[in-house]
Amino acid sequence: MDNSNTTHIKREVLVRLIHAFINQEMGNVRELPFQMRPKNGEAPYRCCIYKERAILRQRAIAGLGLSVETDDEMTSLNTYAQQAMDRTEPEKEILTVVDAACKGCVPSRVYVTELCQGCVARPCVSTCKFGAIQIKDGRSVIDGDKCKNCGMCMQVCPYSAIVKLKVPCEDACPVGAIHKNEMGHAVIDFDKCISCGACVGACPFAAVHEKSQVIDILKEMKAGKKVVAMVAPAVVGQLPVSVNKIAQALIESGFSEVFEVAQGADTTARTEADDFKERMERGDEFMTTSCCAAYNELVEKHIPELKPFRSDTRTPMYYTAKFVKEQYPDCVTVFIGPCVAKRKEAQKEEYTDYVMNFEEMGALFVALNIEVANCEDYHFANEASKEGRNFAVTGGVAESVKVALKDFPELFPTCVNGLNTKSVKDLKNWAKKGQCPEGNLVEIMACEGGCVAGSACLNNKRITTKKIQAYAGESKCINDLPVIEPKTN
Amino acid sequence: MADEKILLELCFGTTCFVMGASKLQEIESIIPPQYKNKVEVKAHTCLDLCKNSTYMKAPFVKLDGEIISEATVEKILKAIERKIDG
Ligand code: SF4
Ligand code: SF4
Ligand code: FES
Repeated sequence: MDNSNTTHIKREVLVRLIHAFINQEMGNVRELPFQMRPKNGEAPYRCCIYKERAILRQRAIAGLGLSVETDDEMTSLNTYAQQAMDRTEPEKEILTVVDAACKGCVPSRVYVTELCQGCVARPCVSTCKFGAIQIKDGRSVIDGDKCKNCGMCMQVCPYSAIVKLKVPCEDACPVGAIHKNEMGHAVIDFDKCISCGACVGACPFAAVHEKSQVIDILKEMKAGKKVVAMVAPAVVGQLPVSVNKIAQALIESGFSEVFEVAQGADTTARTEADDFKERMERGDEFMTTSCCAAYNELVEKHIPELKPFRSDTRTPMYYTAKFVKEQYPDCVTVFIGPCVAKRKEAQKEEYTDYVMNFEEMGALFVALNIEVANCEDYHFANEASKEGRNFAVTGGVAESVKVALKDFPELFPTCVNGLNTKSVKDLKNWAKKGQCPEGNLVEIMACEGGCVAGSACLNNKRITTKKIQAYAGESKCINDLPVIEPKTN
Repeated sequence: MADEKILLELCFGTTCFVMGASKLQEIESIIPPQYKNKVEVKAHTCLDLCKNSTYMKAPFVKLDGEIISEATVEKILKAIERKIDG
């Protein structure tokens, strides 16, 4: 997410939807695109306001937590708003492509630029195994029907005149789950998709949306339930204030209590340390971490051979939610984080009810007119450790296991910092060979840099990384903190 | 006039930050060298421009008192250029 214009539009839609809910104006949601692009107004980004309204309408569908794919373009946003109000649980697939926004990208292909000098050597012509290149009018020309996009000609051109036009979402996807269809829209194959969110961040038109659960969460609050927020370690620094102020702003937004998922990260670290020790002692070659939800999806869908090497430890979100539900059996739990894949994980486990991302949290504060800087400091009931609070930064998880293990000289940590086609290939290889040449404790993070680089962050990862490290630096070592138990009465 | 600085006021209040001011945090380092020492940068938490329903025009920035709405790095740099070069 580094495009100011699309960020602004996406968030404005969310703010307006939250406003509509709070002011009991869900019956007027169909006006949203017209309010944002009024009659005789300007169309700042696309050809005309009609096109922009069509895109905004679809963004609102995603904001209501529904699929754009099944939209017939005739149904009123009011009808969709009603569906969102009536449903009792969020939809199963968690991403949707706003096809009205997705059209800018030409299909991926190899292309000869005007830098072509029509040289006499013509290595491109002789290199192409498919006979797709000919010289016409002194320039090399690729026959699209014959070209297989192998890119060999690009490598041999002495002028670097041949380039590959990329489709950003396709290029970002580590598992080949997103492609343009004949209509020119990107389509996600959910059988392959691991919910990593790479396409969400990569699309310059912000066409890939998460289906929001904000309305569902607001409904629970309105029904008078005890709704508990569980903030991921990456929350630190998302706004330019302390995490205690962010937590207090959540209370002012209607949450009853706020827990740091870092407390669950402590449980993950301790459990994983025991698991690692046991595995090494029985002679295993290596163990991978298991806290990244997108990595877990990758293992399930693409590399089942890795299962025996993946720790059986559950994620920080799981342990935190379990703790909260044991303490308050009737409450509603909401995980707040930067991550698409956590929505999938929440659907699969029994303790986390909803997921809200950081952008939605920000939109909530804006809609409610909460100035976070003016909030008091919230006091968390439980203390989390330095190591747990560092989970959001690459290397943090492996380090936590190392510290929790205390003295275990046979530990060689390594990190897979970001899932991409190359690291996925490496992982497959290690699983096949049953060996990892890089180390015996392999930390795996789908996002490069860790959770601070998740697709729904409000602040840039360099700044949040520093803030998290400073916050962790003031915290106690995991080995000096008692294991906490839920308070039940 | 020559050595008088122009005042760039950034807003990092919640509304502005969420609506895009996070991208303006490093603007000081992006101002081209020829303008750099002619601009004084000041940060605020809420310039009080975001209340009511004006939030959709955030982030707000003030350049010598003049309000720039839906501010982006490009918009601000252009405005600085216009102010200084006339
Ligand atoms: S990056 Fe993908 S989703 Fe975005 S416009 Fe291009 S094809 Fe569509
Ligand atoms: S979420 Fe990840 S796996 Fe799914 S389509 Fe997007 S990039 Fe591919
Ligand atoms: S937050 Fe910027 S004007 Fe209020």
